[in-house]
Amino acid sequence: MADPKPGNAAPAKKAATGAYTPSGVSPNRRARRSYTIRLWAVRHSRFLEWFYSRFADMFLLLHPLWKALGYNRVETPITFVERNVKGLLFDCRMCGQCVLSSTGMSCPMNCPKQLRNGPCGGVRANGNCEVEPDMPCVWVKAWEGSRNMVRGDAIMNVQKPVNQSLRETSSWLRVTAQAAEAREAAAAAKDA
Amino acid sequence: MAHIDENPLGRHLPLEPLPGHSSRGRLERVLRRGEFAVTAELNPPDSANPEDVYERAAIFEGWVDGINAVDASGANCHMSSVGICALLTRMGYAPIMQIACRDKNRIAIQGDVLGAAAMGVTNIMCLTGDGVQAGDQPGAKPVFDLDCMSLLETVRIMRDNSKFLSGRKLTSPPQVFLGAAINPFAPPYDFRPYRLAKKIEAGAQFVQSQYCFDVPMFKEYMKKVRDLGLDEKCFILVGVGPMASARTANWIRNNVPGIHIPDAVIKRLEGAQDQKKEGKQLCIDIINEVKEIKGVSGVHVMAYRQEEYVAEIVHESGVLKGRTPWKREENPGDSMVAERLEHLKEGKPENQEEMAEIAAHHPH
Repeated sequence: MADPKPGNAAPAKKAATGAYTPSGVSPNRRARRSYTIRLWAVRHSRFLEWFYSRFADMFLLLHPLWKALGYNRVETPITFVERNVKGLLFDCRMCGQCVLSSTGMSCPMNCPKQLRNGPCGGVRANGNCEVEPDMPCVWVKAWEGSRNMVRGDAIMNVQKPVNQSLRETSSWLRVTAQAAEAREAAAAAKDA
Repeated sequence: MAHIDENPLGRHLPLEPLPGHSSRGRLERVLRRGEFAVTAELNPPDSANPEDVYERAAIFEGWVDGINAVDASGANCHMSSVGICALLTRMGYAPIMQIACRDKNRIAIQGDVLGAAAMGVTNIMCLTGDGVQAGDQPGAKPVFDLDCMSLLETVRIMRDNSKFLSGRKLTSPPQVFLGAAINPFAPPYDFRPYRLAKKIEAGAQFVQSQYCFDVPMFKEYMKKVRDLGLDEKCFILVGVGPMASARTANWIRNNVPGIHIPDAVIKRLEGAQDQKKEGKQLCIDIINEVKEIKGVSGVHVMAYRQEEYVAEIVHESGVLKGRTPWKREENPGDSMVAERLEHLKEGKPENQEEMAEIAAHHPH
């Protein structure tokens, strides 16, 4: 009999009776077998923060291009790129409202409880997740990552609940469109 | 002389609102007055019999300031916290309704908050909830639509701004005292005090901690909390509880994530003649130690399956200092129910034709 996951009282009890308990059952979709790249991203949160801010500026410079092509039309290819790039680096779940800059470059949607405001009370003493005993807690890593970042204290902000209707949409484009809008509004206010 | 927490017209009557208070509840009054509060947890029954709830609540009567009605704790199915609160408020108890984000989305939760407040629940505790893997239905869909922080904020917005999360207006907002949970005993330890700060920002007015068995560790946490000035913004209740035996303690340590039990505790229990008695004594010792820590406003006694010891523990630790916490009081809605019962007793006949006539002339 395989050793049931530690920390799960009910399966352990069931296993003790000799009944079949499948191993590695988890209610949340597991993106990847190992967490190497995700942990690399957290260790290099400072660099990624710097890189993203350049990247966001570039995207904003391209705003006229996105506008000319139409945000609707570029959404599909950009979402494809975003999903794959962020999927590789952060195991991104495409919530469509990225908060990586506020969470030390550790994606909170990988938390089985999808907590966006800090760790739950079930973190194991070794810093691993209570649901997935072999996964380092997303929020333990987030705290470590945020300490390396220039604007790491953004982790103290209370995040709004996830807007589920934005799932599978591009966060990059949304941020760009909003920034452009804010810039235009500021310019209009100046002229007036 | 009337007790300070009594309606001057009679002990059985509901409390009037006080200025600056967000609820009419006794728990808020006790805490705001600076008295040491005691809360306990009701073990939810696996039955549809209201007597089971009444029996379990009666044990606490006159010993605690609030009864936590847990929302499927440990992700195990039990009677719902809304149901328990409905029964408890009907009988005049003062429940603290727990809401876990695991099972309900924001639509259901906001509805439950309104329903609970309408029943007379004055304290709501916002939790994330254990993962479904911990319970008896590991195949359930984990909802986690909100998290404890956004849940706190949602209820605070409903109360203070009279609005749903969507911005739609409420005609009468729920008057509730908002609580949250803290666990100073799990990593990342440095972040934990800041997380409390976040909870306070989101709306927490009191917090109940996870089981505290490691007092030095808790002292360390409280030091940080005081440095951040958080103890003045929120009431901190320390979670304590008796351990039935060294074996139970060991089992909990190995199987329940988030509960930290140091070796010394297990050793002390193992060395005792009567482990159950020693467990109780240990709980009392911990209460006596934590009540001296600056910034601690009360204790939350979680005596799972040993509820009968709560009274003894509270009595022997002397934390109430002779104060009598609530006895049952009338629910604001009780007079209406009484009136209706009167009518039923009188056997006032219902004339169908007359009723139809009235309905026809007063369309809604």
